[in-house]
Amino acid sequence: MAPSTVTLSVTRYRPEQESEPAFQTYEIPYRKDWVILDALNHVKDTLDGSLSFRWSCRMGVCGSCGMKVNGAPKLTCATFLSDYVPGPIRVEPLDYFPVVRDLVVDITDFVRKLKQVKPWIIREDDTPTAGEYLQTPEQLDAYKQFSMCINCMLCYSACPIYALEPSFIGPAAIALAQRYNLDSRDEGARERLKVLSEHDGIWQCTFVGECTQVCPKHVDPAGAIQQYKLTAATHWVKSLLLPWGAR
Amino acid sequence: MERITPLLWLLFSAGGTVAAFLFPIHLFLTGLAFPMGWLEPPRYEFLHRLAAFPVTRLYLLVLVSMPLFHWAHRFRYTLYDGLQLKHLTTLIAVLCYGAAVLGTLGAAWLLWSMA
Amino acid sequence: MNAGPHYTLYHPRWYRRRVSVWWWLQKGSYTSFVLRELTSVFVAYFALVVLWQLRALGQGPDAYAAFLARLKTPPFLVLDAIAFLFVLFHAITWLNLTPKAMVVRLRGTRVPDWAILGANYAAWLVCSVAVAFLLLRG
Repeated sequence: MAPSTVTLSVTRYRPEQESEPAFQTYEIPYRKDWVILDALNHVKDTLDGSLSFRWSCRMGVCGSCGMKVNGAPKLTCATFLSDYVPGPIRVEPLDYFPVVRDLVVDITDFVRKLKQVKPWIIREDDTPTAGEYLQTPEQLDAYKQFSMCINCMLCYSACPIYALEPSFIGPAAIALAQRYNLDSRDEGARERLKVLSEHDGIWQCTFVGECTQVCPKHVDPAGAIQQYKLTAATHWVKSLLLPWGAR
Repeated sequence: MERITPLLWLLFSAGGTVAAFLFPIHLFLTGLAFPMGWLEPPRYEFLHRLAAFPVTRLYLLVLVSMPLFHWAHRFRYTLYDGLQLKHLTTLIAVLCYGAAVLGTLGAAWLLWSMA
Repeated sequence: MNAGPHYTLYHPRWYRRRVSVWWWLQKGSYTSFVLRELTSVFVAYFALVVLWQLRALGQGPDAYAAFLARLKTPPFLVLDAIAFLFVLFHAITWLNLTPKAMVVRLRGTRVPDWAILGANYAAWLVCSVAVAFLLLRG
């Protein structure tokens, strides 16, 4: 017998009213096909218009609706109520980011780090050659997995290193750097190496692997980071042994 | 310290691999099977003869040294992250890698001076 | 000065949760990770045992016999049993993580994870048998 209602326990934080977040409960109708985002929108539409949260595409491609559901980072547009009944279901903002209000976190830190790794095709010649850059399916396969990242930051919310060392550049940024490093059209691996080899770059990572566990798009950032450690270490050895020919 | 991080990571990886492939069997035999009498331990003369070969001495040096560097790197990060001892970061690094270097030198000296 | 909530027009006060020093107990996978990292202590311990064994080997048959006798005492047996479990945990987690850390490509396609894992465990078996064979001969 499915329940007719579910209790949602949602974090409320209004900086003008309180100095610490607290939970507020809402009783919402239980629909088998509803996701957490549907429940939150129901709350906002009919119960409490003051609840603030981010969402956009509601189909798992924009990366806006990341929140903690019962303590685990999830995309709320892809997390079904039916997996959590009879509840109560706890909905909280993502961990390790400053909370602006209710379920909204400030993501400036991530955006800044993403820009640092230069997530675009870098070519030595700035003028485009005639026609497109050709790429075989094997070349596409080399980086395709890492290109699936939707910048939802669930991985940052799962990474204990990011929690303990907020200056750590983080899983998504490194995975996206790898996406471009492994792209056959890109010639910017050396530029990215500088940023990634810094103290707060890849070497902070201790391969906990939580980032890969929570990634909704199966990007495997942990794998990207370990692979890049090997690349960076090999590059270091080569530059030591052949300083004149270091690429 | 930052500039040699790739080297420290390579040593950590090498040590982890040596420890993963060789330590289980060595520890099982030396620490459990032989002392408990489940299997017959090798006689001193046999081991001594075996240790005379340069390749054996190299193997033993790698067996001691690499895992110590593996421990040093991993333990350093465990103290740094787990116990959040950030203000002691340089001291921890020096103690950890220093211990690994001492262990390596000790093993090298023992193997070099063995009759 | 009022120490209560502070709200400015363009920059409301953000809330930052402090990370507890017991963060690693809050999730099973975090605890498992910390245990994995602590295996390095037992790895170092056995490296030192081997070092001790080398010293005893170099000092002569009596010293070596004393070393063997020490290893038979209960404290060492217990320590070695615990160390063995941790070293085993290290080996298993290390071998299982290798496919993620190394991408091997053969003729364009990526070698599947199970193949690398299989090769790892096979190599582990070969190493263990080789060492056991050698040490059990004398």
